[in-house]
Amino acid sequence: MSRKKLTRRQFVAATAMSSAALITAPYVRGAYAAGKLSIGFWDHWVPGANDSSRALVNEWAAKEKVEVSIDYITSNNKKIELTVAAEAQAKSGHDILQMYTWWPHAYAEQLEPVNDVVEAAIKQNGEVNGTVKYLGQAAGNWLAVPATPGSQIKGPCSRIDLMKKHAGIDVQELYPVGSPPKADSWNMDTFLKAAEACQKAGFAFGIGLGETTDSVDTAGAIFQSFGAELVNSKGDLTVKTDQVRQALEYYKKLIAFLPPDAPSWDDASNNKWLISGRGALIMNPPSAWAVAKRDAPQVAEQCWTHGFPAGPKGRFAPFLPYFWGLWSFSKNKEAAKSLLAYLSQPSSIEKFVAASGGYDLPAYAKMTTLKTWAEEGPPKGTLYHYPNPYNHQTLSIAASPAPPKIAQQIYAQATLTKMGLRFAQGEKLENTLAWAEGECEGFMRS
Amino acid sequence: MADVIVEHGRVAGSASARKRASLHNALRRKSTVAFFLTLPLILLIALLVLYPALFSIHLATLNKSMQKFVGFGNFTFLFKRETFWMVVKQSCIFAITAVVFKALIGFIVAHFVHNIPAKGQRKWRGMLLVPWVIPPAMSTLAWLWLFDPSYSAFNYTLSLFGIGPVNWLGDAAWARFSVILVNVWYGAPFFMIMYLAALKSVPEQLYEAAAIDGANWWQRIWYVTLPMMRNIIAITTLFSLIVTFANFDIVRILTSGGPLDRTQIFATYAFRVGIESSDIPLGASVSLFMVPILAVAAIFILRDVSKRGNES
Repeated sequence: MSRKKLTRRQFVAATAMSSAALITAPYVRGAYAAGKLSIGFWDHWVPGANDSSRALVNEWAAKEKVEVSIDYITSNNKKIELTVAAEAQAKSGHDILQMYTWWPHAYAEQLEPVNDVVEAAIKQNGEVNGTVKYLGQAAGNWLAVPATPGSQIKGPCSRIDLMKKHAGIDVQELYPVGSPPKADSWNMDTFLKAAEACQKAGFAFGIGLGETTDSVDTAGAIFQSFGAELVNSKGDLTVKTDQVRQALEYYKKLIAFLPPDAPSWDDASNNKWLISGRGALIMNPPSAWAVAKRDAPQVAEQCWTHGFPAGPKGRFAPFLPYFWGLWSFSKNKEAAKSLLAYLSQPSSIEKFVAASGGYDLPAYAKMTTLKTWAEEGPPKGTLYHYPNPYNHQTLSIAASPAPPKIAQQIYAQATLTKMGLRFAQGEKLENTLAWAEGECEGFMRS
Repeated sequence: MADVIVEHGRVAGSASARKRASLHNALRRKSTVAFFLTLPLILLIALLVLYPALFSIHLATLNKSMQKFVGFGNFTFLFKRETFWMVVKQSCIFAITAVVFKALIGFIVAHFVHNIPAKGQRKWRGMLLVPWVIPPAMSTLAWLWLFDPSYSAFNYTLSLFGIGPVNWLGDAAWARFSVILVNVWYGAPFFMIMYLAALKSVPEQLYEAAAIDGANWWQRIWYVTLPMMRNIIAITTLFSLIVTFANFDIVRILTSGGPLDRTQIFATYAFRVGIESSDIPLGASVSLFMVPILAVAAIFILRDVSKRGNES
């Protein structure tokens, strides 16, 4: 048996050749994505809802051979906002980070444009509403990808029995399952009368007047339904207008029928109000109803989620879209875009909606009639009109159409609810307007 | 030759011995040892306090988008804002009222505890320290439930006597009262324990002499106890003033600054402006505004302490 001996020269040559081959060879992967990807998702309220995003990401990662790590970051005590701010400062952190409403504009300079992903998703899933464009686009570029998890409409969730008994309104008749709303009579005047009747009967509407989002969103929709803008889309001050005066006069009348402690309410207070059976209506996504299903089933089976009352300038419902942002300092942008495209597929969206029990709302027009909303109950069909399937209301966000960086200040500092409260507590209307104008002037600094 | 070698060795040896001796002496010096022992802490403070402080000064000099140097521009902007001056006023009311009540309650309770026989005193000291040792974020949550807008346990109790309901967190005056109350509840035990330590160090002979001179209880407190506790009162007040001025958690959890910003203080307003409204430079400027106020307070209090130190 002969054995060929490897000379030193041959060994060096073989090593050099194999090294050269390894270095120059194309980086072969199954798709255009590879390497590692770090994701920061919003930690969902609904138990088990995170499982769907985890499963979808893992499914994609296995296919694309990408190593992924996911952190679920709570929005309790503004943790997710702090994370966004910290990563933007450090220019390091997750590749993809979930951010809501104002954050794409706030960190526009540090976000990678995602036109290719969003345009493809729109082509597939239908057009997005105006609020998503307003919050997600700047100078024609998409700053972030509309995310289904977390996106929500904060419309009325009414007690069927109490509204029928005390206000004479059959909300199921106004918003029947499987057919368009017959809600022409559901306007701001009817709403005010119903608020008064229910308050007198001991079941006041649970609308907060605090400084957290639920309170601000309701105030925003009321202002918009009167055409009231504090700052217009060009960035001009429009506080001292008749529309703002009308909105405030209406808001003051409504405040008189709300619980006296509403100025101190936070985003949990209205949920508790409904679940405890003390209120006939709150403005909230179906999370309160979902908790009631578990803790107070007799309340849950009387809940009906429906559209906002119409004002003189139209019917507006508060909509809070969430986005997935891709940092410009991400080291794996191609993989990130591939994942975001995957999460925006109709099949992925359907899974998000089902896992959240209908809470999550896709931003796309063709995705508002999924079976989850028709089937969820009790009562069956309670969420049918939650995703605005007939577009009978304009989805909007408080403080719009002011330029987003100004609107964010109006929103975060709860200027609208503060105006209503100041006026309702006896301040002269013109003084309230002067105060708001001063505040808005301050918000315009660049 | 061998002798010479020995001599050389001795010379070399004595030089190194001298070096060793000077190092030994340096190490024996208390100040050197103290410096080395505190070095890790100094480095830690530099990293966790000095660097963030300098960075926040840097941030406060930038414009909203953090791309342009604006010098004192953020401060001049704040000085023109009505809400900011309301925050300054409220922070002073909050801190001063809370510190006065903490000091007063701490002083009274310290006397009670001091007069309890030594056997049972430990038990009382431990119990009275409980509010101070529970993390405030947790205990404040319990207070939030007690004050809860719709389901307040206090209101339930008051209703049994036909009183109320009190709008604890929804009415501006009551909301201010509530946040100060919780701060006093949390901070009074610290004053109590400090004053108790000071009381124990007052020589008994002074009270005996005062008793012989016919001093009543008030005169004993005014002429003996208080002068002997002056330094500890000053230091404790300064420390508490700094901590109370910079308070965040209690107000954030109970009211988030509301209603109508009437409980907003420096830290919560800085958070509202800096994080929630994405204006980090302005938020940094709000929080830095505390520095001159506290520096003035510190100078006055510490100057008084060192003056008395020199007198003694």
